[in-house]
Amino acid sequence: MKGTFVDFDALFGHLGQHTVDGLSKGSIYALVALGYTLVYGVLRLINFAHSEVFMIGTFTVVGTWSVLGATDSPAIGTVILLLLAGLVAAAAASGATAVAVERIAYRRLRRMNAPPLIFLITAIGLSLVLSEAFGLWQGRLVKGMPTIVERSVLFTIGNTEVTNIQAITVVAALIMMFGLDTFINRTRYGRGVRAVAQNPDTAALMGVNKDRVIALIFLLGGLLAGAAALLYCLRYGNTRFNVGFVLGLKAFTAAVLGGIGNLRGALLGGLLLGIVEVYAATLTSSNWEDVAAFVVLVVVLLFRPTGLLGESLGRARA
Amino acid sequence: MRRKYVRALGGVALAAAMVAAVGCQDSGGDDNASGDGTCGGKIAIFGAFTGPNAGLVIPSLNGAKLAVKQHNAENADCQVTLQEFDTQGAPEQATPIANQVAQDQSFTSVIGGHFSGETKATMPTYEAAGLVMVSPSATATELTAAGNKSFHRVVGNDGTQGAAAAVYFKDTLKSQKVFVIDDGSTYGAGIAAELTKGLGSQVVASDKVQTDQTNFDATISKIKAAQADAIAYGGYTNEAAPLLKQLRAAGVTAKFLGFDGLYDPAFPQGAGAGAEGAIVTCPCLPAAEAGGTFSADFEKEYGEAPGSYGAEGYDAAKVLLDGYKDGKSTRKELLDWVDAYDKEGVSKYIKFADTGDVDPSKVVIWAYEIKGGQITPQSEIKLS
Amino acid sequence: MTETLREINDRRQRLTAGIGERVRALPRWQKVLGLLAFVGFLYYLPYLGIPGLTWFRTDYIPQGNNWAGVLFSCAIYVLIAIGLNIVVGLAGLLDLGYVGFYAIGAYSVALFGSTQSPVVEALQNRFGLSEQWAVSWAICIPLAITFTMISGVILGWPTLRLRGDYLAIVTLGFGEIIRIVARNSSWTGGPQGIAAIPGPEGAPSADNTIFGLIDPKPWYWLALTVVIVMVFAVRRLEHSRVGRAWLAIREDEDAAAVMGVPGFKFKLWAFAMGAALGGLSGFLFASRNAFIEPTQFNVYLSILFVAAVVAGGAGNIPGVAIGAFLLAYLPERFRDFSEYRTLAFGLALVLVMLLRPQGLIPSRRRARELADRRKEAPANV
Repeated sequence: MKGTFVDFDALFGHLGQHTVDGLSKGSIYALVALGYTLVYGVLRLINFAHSEVFMIGTFTVVGTWSVLGATDSPAIGTVILLLLAGLVAAAAASGATAVAVERIAYRRLRRMNAPPLIFLITAIGLSLVLSEAFGLWQGRLVKGMPTIVERSVLFTIGNTEVTNIQAITVVAALIMMFGLDTFINRTRYGRGVRAVAQNPDTAALMGVNKDRVIALIFLLGGLLAGAAALLYCLRYGNTRFNVGFVLGLKAFTAAVLGGIGNLRGALLGGLLLGIVEVYAATLTSSNWEDVAAFVVLVVVLLFRPTGLLGESLGRARA
Repeated sequence: MRRKYVRALGGVALAAAMVAAVGCQDSGGDDNASGDGTCGGKIAIFGAFTGPNAGLVIPSLNGAKLAVKQHNAENADCQVTLQEFDTQGAPEQATPIANQVAQDQSFTSVIGGHFSGETKATMPTYEAAGLVMVSPSATATELTAAGNKSFHRVVGNDGTQGAAAAVYFKDTLKSQKVFVIDDGSTYGAGIAAELTKGLGSQVVASDKVQTDQTNFDATISKIKAAQADAIAYGGYTNEAAPLLKQLRAAGVTAKFLGFDGLYDPAFPQGAGAGAEGAIVTCPCLPAAEAGGTFSADFEKEYGEAPGSYGAEGYDAAKVLLDGYKDGKSTRKELLDWVDAYDKEGVSKYIKFADTGDVDPSKVVIWAYEIKGGQITPQSEIKLS
Repeated sequence: MTETLREINDRRQRLTAGIGERVRALPRWQKVLGLLAFVGFLYYLPYLGIPGLTWFRTDYIPQGNNWAGVLFSCAIYVLIAIGLNIVVGLAGLLDLGYVGFYAIGAYSVALFGSTQSPVVEALQNRFGLSEQWAVSWAICIPLAITFTMISGVILGWPTLRLRGDYLAIVTLGFGEIIRIVARNSSWTGGPQGIAAIPGPEGAPSADNTIFGLIDPKPWYWLALTVVIVMVFAVRRLEHSRVGRAWLAIREDEDAAAVMGVPGFKFKLWAFAMGAALGGLSGFLFASRNAFIEPTQFNVYLSILFVAAVVAGGAGNIPGVAIGAFLLAYLPERFRDFSEYRTLAFGLALVLVMLLRPQGLIPSRRRARELADRRKEAPANV
């Protein structure tokens, strides 16, 4: 048994491996973080219920796969079918939930011009309702699901193994990130989003429909959470009624770390958080990883009070 | 001006009414004096009957209910009531419940607690009230280490189970390098410490995970680095199932052993194919071995096999019910009755040592293997 | 559907607003008398036996919890809410890690007051003290308050320069760190927790005459007394220079700074005062239960505290007290609903926020503010 509290050999002996593990863990944070960041960038409020949007996505994947009669490691054609069906269903369910959350909980408050704290508490209430509803319906213990894609080592560099699932996760996250970035920065709709983020009143005067833009960002956040849910299911093969709570907190931390309201910041924050957690867990033990994550957050905020890349969906507002 | 006086008078009247109300009481807790010679009485049972860990506790509750139902059907002149108190496993909820039961003199005995934390929090209160506690599943060793008088358990403690698991690793699995993981909970950390004590130098490394953790990459790296040939896990299903699934997916083939916290159908379901061949130890008898017609009765009543601690719940209730049947009806009489109890139960032979532990020589620890997604009995672990 | 709801709500609002005005219009002696009667009623509550009102007792149902025991929890939650109200309601800082202070208060008395704590054992060995030695309960009070205030300053010093939402996530992290450290360190008793935490009469024992093991009523009265003292203290504070500074900062920090109110200093004060109250409630909680373990201080609780404060009416002591009382009381009274309690709580939270965003009993200032914002709203939609 190792007597020391901090085990440097364990970390530096396989630094590459831990980095890869951290990146793949962080890509799921990043995808969920995008949902927080989009909403925050435009409305400047923490959509606490976003964690449940993700949770519903994972349960949708479980449901879809069980309806389609998925088994462990099926034929390649079936794998593609299951992945596509899971993606479509989860994205649809999460997107719909996100839009419904906006419609039910937030729109009325926006009309009242309520302060952000009120939104936060409403979202907490809604988050309780959603996760409890699933807890009552699906039971409170972990729900397993078939392993659709068997893990295999894709390639090895030195003593670092990169598996197919890790590659899928990271690449998928990067693609979606890139797609979203293009959408926001290059398309007409994206320009609307940026306009509302910069100045809602002026945007409204210029003929941007604010309600539609807001519904759009909730939808986008939901779709990404659905995709994250599918990746999560591929990677972990389990879900639970309260799976969103911890992951949501981490994703929000990631968003803040990178600069909330900043899309690239969310990606950076997510990946960084994943790596920090894996390093910390390797150095000490897994139960200290959250402490490391929050300490890094505080240190970063001390030196860069608006996160690593600063906040900007349009531009930073005071 | 007049309205003001009316209001003032109203205020005074309200205050007077409140003061007067103190006088006219119907007292809240009904203090039925007990021990008036009539047979029977009230048993309080407390534990996490709702909340995330309820799955581990409900079978025990059902076992106790079954025992009471059978008793009442057989003894029309000696009716016993079983009153449930849900604590959600939280000590701060269990404490006022203990106050409630202690103050209500109609309660003459207690079944519980089900978890160690709630038991530790409430033991002094029940002891002060002279109430006997019979626990079906609180297994922390320290509970019986501090000279308590009222606490008894019909289950082996973590020390016995940890030692049994150590024996199993040495004799059956012939493991040389065991990697010990716990979830940092009262139960998980406690039992992992007992196992580590039993295994000594065979423990090659260890890790602590946390509640609700889902990603176990770091733990898996450590297991690989340690080249462990066996893994022990102290904790519950919610973390163990994803951990085991990821372990197997990552190509770790080391034997996996968990404790009674995983004796739960959700564990093989959650871990999927990865659970195949995993071992779960439990100080609980396989249904087929449980004495008499218990398993059959349980299945008939609840439509499912008695899960974790179903037989222990039944036994805990039976110990007390036998006392009521014998005409014991005060807290004192029942406490003495349980202290002197010496009889075959369905889970084991029940006789309590002075500490409140069931006679260590009567404790049986079984190893269960997960086969085809079912927890199937493998063999009894002989301690000596 | 929403229209009818809204209409009912508006009508109720007019009615209840009337009550507040009328109470305020009463002459001073009547208000004092009414207040005294109310306080008397609070002390009488554990005996509540007025026919009809017994329905409110939590032991009204057979599986119900001890009434005085639940009242104690309610009092503790109210104390927490009063402390959190200074931070959230008065100074307008979003603190999602308040449970951390609660935990520090609880662990202060546990670690220094219990003969079973590793800290006390280490002190015994170091200084050759007897096995029975531990810091006495009365000394643990200032200890708990000092520790929590210091931790409030340590947390606030670097973080209070951050803006609202950043503060929320950092404080949340702080709460988690406290719990994780308590759970994974051997000097805190680890996951096994610490038992034999003393009360006013020393270590828990069947021989204690007042603060005994069986009857929780004296504990309730003790907690209630602390609550009442703190309510008066905080009210004084609220109407002092410090209180006005907090309000100014909450409304507009830059404007306040221009007018010569140093924002950082007063925010730090709010943090420290709030932390001290949280620590005091944790202290009482630990003494009463005589046993604590780290899982009792999870982040969920912090979030519920904030929810209770805002739903009750942030900034207004009666409001936050009602919010906290309901948070502790409702799940106990409606034990029959067992599994559905949290769901119902979430629904209630959403409904309160949508229909009455200013909280159940809002502060007048805040209600006006919300009404103003509402008027400004159309320009922003």
